[in-house]
Amino acid sequence: MIEVKDIYKSFSGNDVLKGISGKFEEGVTNLIIGGSGSGKTTLLKCMVGLHQPDSGSVLYDGRDFTPMTYEQRIEVRKEIGMLFQGSALFDSMTVEDNIMFPLNMFTNQTRKEKLERVNFCLERVNLAGKNALFPAELSGGMKKRVGIARAISMNPKYLFCDEPNSGLDPKTSIVIDELIQELTEEFKTTTIVVTHDMNSVMGIGDYILFLHEGKKFWEGSNKEIAHTDIKELNDFVFASSFMKAAKDKF
Amino acid sequence: MNFTNFGRYILLLKSVFRRPEKLKIYLKEIAKQMDYVGVGSLGLIAIISTFIGAVMTLQIAFQLVSDFIPKTIIGSVNRDSSILELSPTISAIVLAGKIGSAISSEIGSMRVTEQIDALEIMGINAPGYLILPKIISGITMVPMLVIISMFLSISGGYLGGSLSGAVTPSEYLQGITTDFNPYTIVVALVKAFVFGFIITSVPAYEGFYVRGGALEVSQASTRAVVISCISILVCDYLVTQLLL
Repeated sequence: MIEVKDIYKSFSGNDVLKGISGKFEEGVTNLIIGGSGSGKTTLLKCMVGLHQPDSGSVLYDGRDFTPMTYEQRIEVRKEIGMLFQGSALFDSMTVEDNIMFPLNMFTNQTRKEKLERVNFCLERVNLAGKNALFPAELSGGMKKRVGIARAISMNPKYLFCDEPNSGLDPKTSIVIDELIQELTEEFKTTTIVVTHDMNSVMGIGDYILFLHEGKKFWEGSNKEIAHTDIKELNDFVFASSFMKAAKDKF
Repeated sequence: MNFTNFGRYILLLKSVFRRPEKLKIYLKEIAKQMDYVGVGSLGLIAIISTFIGAVMTLQIAFQLVSDFIPKTIIGSVNRDSSILELSPTISAIVLAGKIGSAISSEIGSMRVTEQIDALEIMGINAPGYLILPKIISGITMVPMLVIISMFLSISGGYLGGSLSGAVTPSEYLQGITTDFNPYTIVVALVKAFVFGFIITSVPAYEGFYVRGGALEVSQASTRAVVISCISILVCDYLVTQLLL
């Protein structure tokens, strides 16, 4: 479980996060949603330590991450897998080398063992046999799936996904969403997905944290979101006429 | 480079020299970088050094018109100029353009495509993994390139003098072997070591802190080359002042 407590973050006097708190349970898909500039990616980066919060704490199963030393953070980060918005695959490496990279760095496994793990991860994301391809030879959806394979290669306890559906067609988006949900349930990871994709919200949002102008406005599940009266949330989730019509049917 | 940037540069260097996560992977990366910096720049350095040596001979011969000055002096002046100044400094400035811009662009692109963030999330010391192999390859391969450059520059002088008739081969050879002070080689290698460090660390710093996109990466690359060249010239003066 990951818990954030009263997180504040500002850049050059501009307050981006204003006292965010929330609990993200393991084995369920936790979503952070909000409009552009609402602070969701900043919150994610504060949680993984890419940004240092001005105040507040981030607890990984009770371990406070924010005051940790560099060496202590490294130990926690070995338990983290992350899928980046642009996949962030290493251009100079093949798919196989990308997935094997953390294994090379942090394990003493034999080449055969590492290859078995790589092939397992690739099979899990339906990309078996694509080992020798370079990132430039992959489609957007394939890159995301390789990103997920790399993120799960070290069997992480915590899985972070930053806008996993951005730039993907609706069908591929659903494939990625379902994959994230399956992996979360299968490996009992604490999964946090930052998104503004409404299909994801309605499809896999076991727990949803809605941010608006740097504040937590609402939290609940995808079943509850249709029945909320909060204007800011309704304006965000049911912005399109199609979604409004769908809400009326609930 | 203002004081804030200089401070950040020092802090970056501090993280570069943290203990590597896995030495074997770092060694592999160092070998790759040595191949790129050393072998990859050999042709360019060879061409530049040979022609500079040849041109130097012609220019010295053109300026030494007095009958009281022996022609062997052409070889001596060419040798000392090549060893002390031309080979280390010109090579370093050329390498700053070739290697410096490549390092800055590579690391800058990795920054804007979140590859550096990915390394950090994995628990890898990104400055160490990305920059340390480049610095080690710079401080080892640039002195080697400079040694080759010295040899080729003096040989180029021989060829230039012989082909043009500005100096006879025997006079030139006598000149380069007269009053040779081996200490000049030490000074040149110290310079090459310092320049190798600048050529790799300054562009790495510029690339590592890029914010934005393709435009900012290209601007960082240009800035890296300019700052490297100025730093090379300043350090050239300082090392010369200190050691000679």
